Amino acid sequence: MRRCEMVCVGAGPAGLAAAVEAARNGVDVVVYDENARPGGQLFKQIHKFFGSREHRAMERGFDIGNSFLTEARELGVEVSLNSVVLGIYENGALNVMIRDRIEQVKAAKTLIATGASENMIPFPGWTLPGVIGAGAAQTMANIHGIRPGNSILMVGSGNVGVIVSYQMLQAGCQVAAVIDAAPKIGGYAVHAAKIARTGVPFFMSHTIKEAQGKDRVEGATIIKVDENWEPIRGTEKQFEVDTVCIAVGLNPSTQLIRMAGCKMAYSPVLGGRLPAHDLNQETSVKGLYVAGDASGIEEASTAIIEGRIAGLAIAHSLGYLDESAFLSRRKEQLQSIVGLRSGSHGEVRGKAKEYLNSMMEGQ
Amino acid sequence: MRIEEHPILGTFEKGKKIQFTFDGQAMEGFEDEPIAIALRSNGVLIHRYTTRRNEPRGMFCAIGRCTDCIMVVDGKPNIRTCVEPLKAGMKVETQYGNGPDLSGR
Repeated sequence: MRRCEMVCVGAGPAGLAAAVEAARNGVDVVVYDENARPGGQLFKQIHKFFGSREHRAMERGFDIGNSFLTEARELGVEVSLNSVVLGIYENGALNVMIRDRIEQVKAAKTLIATGASENMIPFPGWTLPGVIGAGAAQTMANIHGIRPGNSILMVGSGNVGVIVSYQMLQAGCQVAAVIDAAPKIGGYAVHAAKIARTGVPFFMSHTIKEAQGKDRVEGATIIKVDENWEPIRGTEKQFEVDTVCIAVGLNPSTQLIRMAGCKMAYSPVLGGRLPAHDLNQETSVKGLYVAGDASGIEEASTAIIEGRIAGLAIAHSLGYLDESAFLSRRKEQLQSIVGLRSGSHGEVRGKAKEYLNSMMEGQ
Repeated sequence: MRIEEHPILGTFEKGKKIQFTFDGQAMEGFEDEPIAIALRSNGVLIHRYTTRRNEPRGMFCAIGRCTDCIMVVDGKPNIRTCVEPLKAGMKVETQYGNGPDLSGR
């Protein structure tokens, strides 16, 4: 069994931020990621981030990703790629499959930053080639340099829906429409306005009825829904598209967290059943921390701060950072995250996070 | 299908141009890009047919989660082509149902 001071599961924004912050304070860190490339979904975020300079606003995700990787390398953080964490034992040891061999690892502190996967909605034709996740469209265009299709129907007007729609235009695709069953656009107005200005129509209170095609998508029908979300017959509209992108939210990847026996709580705003955690990002299982989307669906910028807090807390608990230094640096991070959890979109998330924190009382 | 010049990202760094086959047909792609990306750039969207209903399936999540894009690669079934790097001379085949039975090997 391999032993180390800290293990991060996931080399996305949360995991890398935690690893860098802890390593900077002297902790010996190993990061596992199942992918061949580090960075999680950060490298496909080609838009500029919001917030103030401390949130790395105006920087693009891939630049932030590259700077984390450079820093991790300089600090001697071991990033083990193609490494799938298969499970976690009762004593907290991890079972890791690295390519075709298995390794057992026991760390004094473990951070689980496994991110999230995309939600889907089923409809007739949803299994046809050409129906893809909006994240898939982003991966194809922004990472691999390929257009997912020529003409796209975007289902969902949340941040992912509107941002990816714009990125599809940048990639040279046509966006036929953005639709959402909700009556109002869910994403940030600035992103929605950017695509609206290019003439892409929004159909609110509309859902997808079906996708047509024999072997691949050749068209799609949308239909208006009433206030009870029931389709209204006769309101169908037809689009000649070859691609349907689904952007209907994310689902936290909590498999390892649940396997570890962490106390869970339900928060629809943050994506479903999530681990209760305290202000240090520590769960009800001592020594087990969570950060990023796996601890509640938010944004890359919040994931980075949560990661930093977890990294600081771990460095402190291992004796690398004294109490007063830890508290003052945690305070900086907590103040920073308040800014991201305010306003029309952030405030509900802030309240939901407080709820997850409150579920730790008495633990 | 390939983006030649991206307004934000410029040109994409790719490995060297290599040959592979899809169902026996010669195709070109770039070394170490996911197999599925090379296929899509060649206009191939169908990766497999389902076991019971024989329905076509293609790339769906593009990050190795959903397994909808699995194919037979160099004789081995159930390869997630959206994350498996392309190599020169690879033999990529449409997967029918569970693919070839390798249990006797």
